[in-house]
Amino acid sequence: MTATENAVREGRRAGKGSAKTPRRRRVAQNRWLPYLLLAPAIIFELLVHVIPMLTGIGISFLKLNQFFLRNWLEAPFAGLSNYHYAVDVNGSIGKALLWSFVVTIGFTILVVGLSWVLGMFAAVMLQRSFRGRALLRTIFLIPYALPVYAGVIVWKFMLSRDNGMVNHLLAQLHITDGHTFWLIGNNAFASIVVVAVWRLWPFALLTLMAGMQSLPTDVYEAAAVDGAGMWQQFRKLTMPMLRGINQVLILVLFLWTFNDFNVPYTLFSASIPKSADLISIHVYQSSFQNFNFGLGSAMSVLLLLFLLVVTGLYLLFTSRRSRRA
Amino acid sequence: MRESTSFKVIRVVGLTLLTLFTLAPLYVMIVSGLKPLSDVQGAFSWIPSHVTVQPFVDIWHTIPLARYFTNSVIVSLSAAAFSVLIAIFASYAVSRWDFRGKRLFQITVLSTQMFPGILFLLPLYLIFVNIGQATGFALQGSRIGLIITYLTFSLPFSIWMLVSYFDTIPRGLDEAAKVDGAGPMRTLWSVVVPAAKPGIVAVGIYSFMTAWGETLFASVMTNDSSKTLAIGLREYSTQISVYWNQVMAASLVVSVPVVVGFLLLQRYLVQGLTAGAVK
Amino acid sequence: MRKRILGVVALSAALVAGAGGLTACGSSDSGSDSKTITYWASNQGSSLQNDKDVLGPELKKFTKQTGIKVKLQVIGWNDLLNKITTATTSGQGPDVVNIGNTWSASLAATGAFVDFDKSHMDKIGGQDKFLATSMSSTGAAGKTTASVPLYGLSYGLFYNKKMFADAGIKNPPASWQELVTDAKKLTKPGGKQYGITLAGASYTENAHFAFIFGQQQGGNFFDKSGKPTFDTPANVKAVQQYTDLISKDKVATPASAEHTTTNDAVEDFTSGKAAMLLGQNNTNTGIEANGMKKSDYAVAPIPILTPLPAGGKKINSHVAGINIAAFKGGNETGAMKFIKFMTSAKEQVILDKAFNALPVTTEAAKDPAFQTPENKMFVDVLANTSAPMPMITDESQFETTVGNAMKDLIAQAATGKTVSAADVKKSLDDAQQKMQSGG
Repeated sequence: MTATENAVREGRRAGKGSAKTPRRRRVAQNRWLPYLLLAPAIIFELLVHVIPMLTGIGISFLKLNQFFLRNWLEAPFAGLSNYHYAVDVNGSIGKALLWSFVVTIGFTILVVGLSWVLGMFAAVMLQRSFRGRALLRTIFLIPYALPVYAGVIVWKFMLSRDNGMVNHLLAQLHITDGHTFWLIGNNAFASIVVVAVWRLWPFALLTLMAGMQSLPTDVYEAAAVDGAGMWQQFRKLTMPMLRGINQVLILVLFLWTFNDFNVPYTLFSASIPKSADLISIHVYQSSFQNFNFGLGSAMSVLLLLFLLVVTGLYLLFTSRRSRRA
Repeated sequence: MRESTSFKVIRVVGLTLLTLFTLAPLYVMIVSGLKPLSDVQGAFSWIPSHVTVQPFVDIWHTIPLARYFTNSVIVSLSAAAFSVLIAIFASYAVSRWDFRGKRLFQITVLSTQMFPGILFLLPLYLIFVNIGQATGFALQGSRIGLIITYLTFSLPFSIWMLVSYFDTIPRGLDEAAKVDGAGPMRTLWSVVVPAAKPGIVAVGIYSFMTAWGETLFASVMTNDSSKTLAIGLREYSTQISVYWNQVMAASLVVSVPVVVGFLLLQRYLVQGLTAGAVK
Repeated sequence: MRKRILGVVALSAALVAGAGGLTACGSSDSGSDSKTITYWASNQGSSLQNDKDVLGPELKKFTKQTGIKVKLQVIGWNDLLNKITTATTSGQGPDVVNIGNTWSASLAATGAFVDFDKSHMDKIGGQDKFLATSMSSTGAAGKTTASVPLYGLSYGLFYNKKMFADAGIKNPPASWQELVTDAKKLTKPGGKQYGITLAGASYTENAHFAFIFGQQQGGNFFDKSGKPTFDTPANVKAVQQYTDLISKDKVATPASAEHTTTNDAVEDFTSGKAAMLLGQNNTNTGIEANGMKKSDYAVAPIPILTPLPAGGKKINSHVAGINIAAFKGGNETGAMKFIKFMTSAKEQVILDKAFNALPVTTEAAKDPAFQTPENKMFVDVLANTSAPMPMITDESQFETTVGNAMKDLIAQAATGKTVSAADVKKSLDDAQQKMQSGG
């Protein structure tokens, strides 16, 4: 791991260097320091995110299948035909994509909503000290500490019809006859929502908990003296002060959930039930299983456009509201 | 501070339900890890009829678990450390300065969160191969390549989150440091970073977990010697059989150090702004 | 700002196009070193470690014979195709690789693999040493192939002897109709025991059986020109022959509908929930790994419809198995020596025994090890009553579209809705549309 050590050393040197210069050249520092500070982030973003994405957009205009994989620059230009297949809702590909899109939207709204509510609830409950608080805080973070595969495969095991814990429990409680399918049919949708929430809500908790730690306690004390109840304090103090963090948190939860590949792929392998046909798996099948990288990229670009629009509207809406408040 | 009875009732009931929801799968993991394979394949039982620790022994031989674990720890820790460091610099710039291109930077960083991984898996692989051929230093298949990939995956959110945290730190503290003769970098390390410690720890945990669980890129970008746990664990399910009890046992074993790490970081997470400012 | 964007575009073009340009000349992980080759093996044993343990001593023998070192990586089936795809795109691949034989035509189309023309065939011992059926799964008939057979596999009917005896059934079913009748006898009310278990959520398994039963029904999923003909009456019947087990006859374990791999079905079989199982010959390993004794079960050929409908063929398996191929641009000489070694009669016997696979060469097939009744039966199926899956470049689309359509039908049946011939036709029709527009 010598390269890493070098990088660390270099990172340190860079830090020290820039710490000394400003005293001498204050004017120049003010102009260039922010760029210097941003430089590492920009380099990595370009390398890993931006350039590959631009390439991906380029691929969406090619007829890139197994015949051209090896020399993909020579793949024939396909114009907008990949996009045409993807948006033609009368064709079977477009129809399936639209369905998958609708499923994914429903999935995302439910998962983000539930994760945020659970995370916020627990964060508020854990805000004040009581016996066992530290223990609970750790327990709640465990789902997040498991590798995704481990956390999801155990659910697959629990949800199986014959030998699963869920059916066993439901039968013991006399709620069902214990023969419900959870991994196929319409129930599969409910299953994947529960599993995704189980994985994601600790992250909401973690972020909100950290956010609440920086809220000044004296304000709460003053409010309590004024006779504000718990609910009042939450609405009038906690929520407004967490607005910035909430804005970011909800958006990020939305984007991750929408694009999540790990959870559905682990839970259903490549055989995803129709009711839970999430878009990431859908695109994966088009590209990697069917060797149609042009079509897969076109689908991805359409999703990207959709997410850009939604995010733009979201930011516009939330920033305006916060300005008004 | 007074807490009403109804608040206490809600707290007890709510937190109990959440605890059950959180722990049920863990319980299943523990019980199944202690059962012989034939029992795990049969109907579920809350208490194992035969208890065996054999799965906890077998996990180390069925797959090279120790190596995968080491790889995951190295990759995730490095990715988290670099990601946090780079994010601190970038967020400080965004939070404390106005400069040309700031908006462009923020928008680009934000929009990278929207890229479906599938869109850039193949291009990124090609870039790594190309860099490898140009410099003789193979990024694909190496841990360094994974570290670079993962640190970038967590950067956008880390930067964004840290900007929010930094913004909540009163500028007065910066000004006070300036009066004391501290330059911008010293102000960052001695004022801003300590005050934002909970946020930094949260972001660090996030970066670590991003790298810890990722499967799609790892499945293509690693080889035998750099394979991470996230994909290595899948090898308990082979062409021949799914060793459910070993999957469960291994999942538990590898998660223990991470949970202990969380425990150790607890006190930083809860250390408030006030504590940081006093120092 | 515009300049900056232009700069980014130019930089990205340079970086990625560079990769394209460089890969055009092709190179391999191992570089030009003629004394080593890299080999990606597929998972055949009970664990990746088991694969390494089996292959290790054999690779040493190869090094001793030729002086060429082999860098081995065993890759799970989850990742193998993706890794081959990315390796193909970048030109940075291993020298030798195992592939699922149904991928042959798709991967051959990439042009990334060494073609086994006459001169290359001669280097590995000539085409004639391979079994004809095994060879049929290496590519379209009459075309030069880009891979040769390595491990042979074929389907059989595994049945639980005790359950058969308890139900008063003396012999394994001799016709498909008899299989259904037997399965009904073996299905007990109350859901404790069923006649058969399937991997109904596995699109690959489903596609295999659609193909096999399609052959029996006299159907074809593609016409001579390679155009999909999924929704012909014969193909509808073929799909129904499989889905009826869970839908009309209700003799398959309901959980079949959520089994994503044969492993899950094997669990039903070994835990006594089902009396029969359709599996390939290496299913033995799994059955015994789950603790079922060799004496408790037996194998028979999967029975065929009797009488066969017009145009029907006596086919009860596809030519299953693993092929071996060499990437272009690497150590090709070493690769050919290695492939010759791996397909030699001596190694075939050792490896096939260890992995419960069937020999792919005529000489190895004569070895006493494969003369046990059980092995003989599988060899017989492979040699005489199996046909290769469609050897077309879009074979994987066939599997995903038809296999997934069947998965949905089976799920529908398991959750209580009946699956009519019209339903089957509609979903095959839909699959065909996807197949046509996807290309």
